[in-house]
Amino acid sequence: MPIRTEPMTVNVGPQHPSTHGVFRLRITFDGEEILEVEPVFGYLHRGTEKLAEERNYVQVVTLTDRLDYVSSMINNQAYCLAVEQLLEVEPPDRGKYLRTIAAELQRIAAHLMGIGFFLQDLGTLGTPLMYCFRTREKILDLFEMLCGARITVSYLRPGGVFADAPEDFWPALDRFLTDLPGELSELEQLILENEIVMVRTRGVSTLPLDMAINSSVSGPVLRASGLAWDWRKAEPYDAYDRVEFDVPVAQNGDNYDRFWVRMQELHQSARIVRQCVEQIEPGPVRLDLPLVLRPEPGREAYGRVEASKGELAFYLFSDGGISPYRCKIRSPSLINLTVTEHLLVGWKLADMIVTLGSVDINMGEVDR
Amino acid sequence: MNCVLAEDNILHGTPLLRWVYELAGLFLPCWLSYFIAGFVIMFILVNAVLLGAAVFVWTERRLVGRLQNRVGPNRWGPFGMFQPIADLLKLIVKEDLIPQGADKIAFVAAPIIMVATAILMLAVVPFAKNTALADLNVGVLYVLAVTSLTSVAILMAGWSSNNRYALFGAARGVAVLISYEVPVVLCLLGVVIVAGSMSLADVVTAQAVPFILVQPLAMFVFVAGTSAELNRTPFDVAEAESELIAGYHIEYSGIKFGLIQAAEFGGVVTASAVIATLFLSGWAGPASNYIGWLWLLIKIGVVAFLFIWIRATFPRLRIDQIMAFAWKFLMPLSFINLMAVSLEVYFLRDSSGALTTTDLWIMTVINLVVFAVCIPLFGSLIRDKVRPAQLQPTARATPGATVQQAGGEVT
Repeated sequence: MPIRTEPMTVNVGPQHPSTHGVFRLRITFDGEEILEVEPVFGYLHRGTEKLAEERNYVQVVTLTDRLDYVSSMINNQAYCLAVEQLLEVEPPDRGKYLRTIAAELQRIAAHLMGIGFFLQDLGTLGTPLMYCFRTREKILDLFEMLCGARITVSYLRPGGVFADAPEDFWPALDRFLTDLPGELSELEQLILENEIVMVRTRGVSTLPLDMAINSSVSGPVLRASGLAWDWRKAEPYDAYDRVEFDVPVAQNGDNYDRFWVRMQELHQSARIVRQCVEQIEPGPVRLDLPLVLRPEPGREAYGRVEASKGELAFYLFSDGGISPYRCKIRSPSLINLTVTEHLLVGWKLADMIVTLGSVDINMGEVDR
Repeated sequence: MNCVLAEDNILHGTPLLRWVYELAGLFLPCWLSYFIAGFVIMFILVNAVLLGAAVFVWTERRLVGRLQNRVGPNRWGPFGMFQPIADLLKLIVKEDLIPQGADKIAFVAAPIIMVATAILMLAVVPFAKNTALADLNVGVLYVLAVTSLTSVAILMAGWSSNNRYALFGAARGVAVLISYEVPVVLCLLGVVIVAGSMSLADVVTAQAVPFILVQPLAMFVFVAGTSAELNRTPFDVAEAESELIAGYHIEYSGIKFGLIQAAEFGGVVTASAVIATLFLSGWAGPASNYIGWLWLLIKIGVVAFLFIWIRATFPRLRIDQIMAFAWKFLMPLSFINLMAVSLEVYFLRDSSGALTTTDLWIMTVINLVVFAVCIPLFGSLIRDKVRPAQLQPTARATPGATVQQAGGEVT
């Protein structure tokens, strides 16, 4: 006798422990299987783009901190690059190196956060998350030495960085870089080839390369699908053309590969920081720009960086005033979310949470 | 008045009950003293389980904290030992909500049933020689019957909450419980065959060689099955914090939530006690006539530590993988164990059907070989089942191996 069943619609979020903020999905389930997905976002909308039009160019830096709040340094960097393009200036060498160091440390912190919560979504009781946070905490301490803040740093400024690193920063950074490989290998031994992690994530929610390219997906999600696309290589900014690093690429585009690519990028970022520490030389860290910047009217600029989640870009248009006439943010999390439906439909409830974790979205950036 | 417990009474083998019954019977009518004796037994049981749950909660939180490079609760009392009491007080004074549209009777009954099962299970566990609170001659059967009640309670909790997450959790929980009941029963059969009795006291006496050695396969299946029935990682799909928030008990608050938590953690303690009794020779040990209870406590601690350690290490399996694990991995293993044990007992037993210690050692050797062969064999079989085969291997080493120069490829 056939049993009558009917689909069930469930609201996942905006208040749910695993939607990484206030993301909401209206999902229709057939038992455990996902039939339909409707992402709903906007719960964290703060009007950053409009607010930027009301502040002068330097003040906007503080707004960018609050976009992807786990990788503030990189957000600062994208915005500062855009402003520098507007002004046609370039920061001094030491400033560039400091920016690169800060950005790569931030990338490690952001990836650790992504990996930790991805594993948390897989159902670990927080052990890998604590391993990740132990390392992230040290990075935040380093940031505190650099600029006094830990999360919303506002360290980078148009034309360089806010201030030179204090003297005790360098030995602390050195200690951090010495400890890092051991801590990462502890995490890798615990989880990277864990059988349950493999079984749960390999082959799940695959994103084919053509689809990834067609949907403008970027960052680790794109590289997991098999394309070595990284703006740090394709269009080097700051000090990236002077350091050597590899772009880890995986082939399958499944949840495991996205996680794996992030794990590998941790090592590459540490490699970049090490080279920067060797190459950096004394000098000024910031151009002597006026406090209130007035770019020429009619100029526009597009500053983009490889942020921890993908291509982050700021489009600025100047009308000659003290604040941008228009500030458009291309946030990687939002664009990466466009493939959500493809990734989720047909998989199970448990996979959905893990997939969201592996795409690693940040609602501060999605809603802006 | 001189009350004497009849020889055929099912609780006749419980000295404590008999003693209280006869003492009270000196002053009171027999029916009342029987009631009082039963009450004393229940009082001990309830307190043992709830206190055990409190101690376990504290141990788990401290230990998991240690395993995660953090401290764990350390504020209230020495080493934070009063933390469970503080939690309990908080839960008692919290508002006790019943959601709109909930089935009130089922909603209230579910946590009570859960606690009851956790408590009842401990009744047949012998703490030392002749000290089980109820030495039933069908002890093993009783344990199985009581544990299967949990699935009813989970279904009641999930269904009555009028919440879709709770429904998800209940459906998952019941599916898991029913599936894992089967291999657990089968591997307990092996224990009963070797012990020649269903009474837990006899099972302990029969363990001249602990059954963890005589039947390692059964121990493995039983521990895996028990941790699934207790809803603990990697089988905690019914609660699945990251997916279902709290699963079947999502709508519970206040003391009802406290009861569910007590049932859960008390369940771990009682299950550890049952495992220690069935496979680690219970109270037996040096000087067990005097400190048998200490041996049992130590063994419970070892098993409970195993549960905590697993919980702190592993991610969660998906529901279909858990089902596959039960039916395609644990089932064959428990069948093999049952067959091996039956054959060995058939050939080794003497004319009266008893096994000597030498026989047990022979069985140990054979079964350890079976264990060492079967686990990797079936492990690789199930791995092929759940892993997609057509995937390309993801590169293992990083630097240099996977780099394409960016640019040029995309148009």
